[in-house]
Amino acid sequence: MDNSKIGQHISGQFNKELEDVRNKVLTMGGLVEQQIELAVTAFATGDLEMAELVIKQDNQVDALEMAIDQECMQILALRQPAAFDLRLLITIIKVVNDLERVGDMAERIAEMAIQLSSADTKRDQYYELEHMAELVQDMLHGALDVFARMNVEDVPSITGLDENVDREYGSIIRQLITKMMEDPRNITRMLDVLWIARSLERIGDHACNVCEHLVYMVKGEDVRHLTQEELEKKMKE
Amino acid sequence: MATQHARTHSIDVSSILRDQKGSNEPNETCIKVENLNLFYGEKQALHNVSMEMPKKKVTAYIGPSGCGKSTLLRCINRMNDLVDNVTIEGKILLDNENIYDKSVNVAALRRRVGMVFQKPNPFPKSIFENVTYGLRIQGINDKRILEETVENSLRGAALWDEVKDRLNDNALGLSGGQQQRLVIARAIAIEPEVLLLDEPASALDPISTLKIEELINELKDKYTIVIVTHNMQQAARVSDYTAFMFMGELIEIGTTSELFTNPRKKQTEDYITGRYG
Repeated sequence: MDNSKIGQHISGQFNKELEDVRNKVLTMGGLVEQQIELAVTAFATGDLEMAELVIKQDNQVDALEMAIDQECMQILALRQPAAFDLRLLITIIKVVNDLERVGDMAERIAEMAIQLSSADTKRDQYYELEHMAELVQDMLHGALDVFARMNVEDVPSITGLDENVDREYGSIIRQLITKMMEDPRNITRMLDVLWIARSLERIGDHACNVCEHLVYMVKGEDVRHLTQEELEKKMKE
Repeated sequence: MATQHARTHSIDVSSILRDQKGSNEPNETCIKVENLNLFYGEKQALHNVSMEMPKKKVTAYIGPSGCGKSTLLRCINRMNDLVDNVTIEGKILLDNENIYDKSVNVAALRRRVGMVFQKPNPFPKSIFENVTYGLRIQGINDKRILEETVENSLRGAALWDEVKDRLNDNALGLSGGQQQRLVIARAIAIEPEVLLLDEPASALDPISTLKIEELINELKDKYTIVIVTHNMQQAARVSDYTAFMFMGELIEIGTTSELFTNPRKKQTEDYITGRYG
């Protein structure tokens, strides 16, 4: 299964519409990735301007979600697509929903970065968080790559990373609790950091969701709510 | 209060989930096609077609023009016998009986297997006479039986309310959609087991088309229906099973929902998504 699946309709206009909506999803994915990158950097460096930019740009993510949904609806109504075309459109509608949520997570991280920069007199270092951010960025990038190539072979290796993310998340929580117990004056700050960790963890989950939707798109098989082992087994079938 | 209620009574969703998967009851086979080959002179129009059509379900044949779907449909009531130079090999079993067996009475077979064509073809007679035609040639002339049959058949074809006050008017005065439903009423008046519909809605406007589709949905409670249609959305809407044919071969047959969302064969996928050709 490859990109050429979108082309080859007798109706060239239909090809164009599908190609167009697909490109918009890829653009939206790129924008969301950039938002995470900026938000995490803003947090790590305390760059307020960058954080503000992330918050400002979130409405672009929202607008893209609505535009793409609208386009899919239009195609569904006018073309009555079937088989792969139908699965493609349904998948896109679901994927943009996840991407929009990821955009919200990036916005939240940026907001927390702003709050922390005013509260952190001496900047703490959060290596675990940055590592976790790298992991979920890899996951989301992988998921978007699967969408671009329409090849779901890599899906288990992407969803498999979620376990590492969850582990990191658990250890960050333990650290934060320790710091809170050391000095109650830390609590406000640590709660903000907790929000960031939580947002990153959610991004990982959304990346997994996107992967699952893409398996449905390519193989017509619903692989949601499976364990990693069950998913790996199913993908080998 | 509401939350307390929710805590004590969990909502049962199992029936919804069951419905979605569809019933797994085994279907009784009504028509079984076995290794059917058909030649028009030298030219082979059907290549080794085998399939089963379940009882009281709608099976749709789809495929590009000339793929053999009408030919296959017409084999089921031996309409192809009327074409010169046709050779047919293989079997079609109707309730386990080969309809191509020498002992089969073709007229009797066609009483069991009714057919409706693309263009409505009512006889230039009254509505009443059209519906009772089949009974009359069987020698049934009892007025009471005829009247009862007319009402039941017209009701069955969802036409009764529109024509009950003018049963003696000429059928050719009806609209195209009404004529097509009249022809269906005529076909079900003799209580067949199987209804073959060859493009029954292709000459009708969208509203009449929907009425015919609605009718098919009601008729499948009583009859096994096989429909040929060029309109794929129509096949998707009205049928339980869909068979895709190409160049005289059966490419794929499956439940309609499966075939239209996730076909197994690439040729099917290309056709239903408009990539064929």
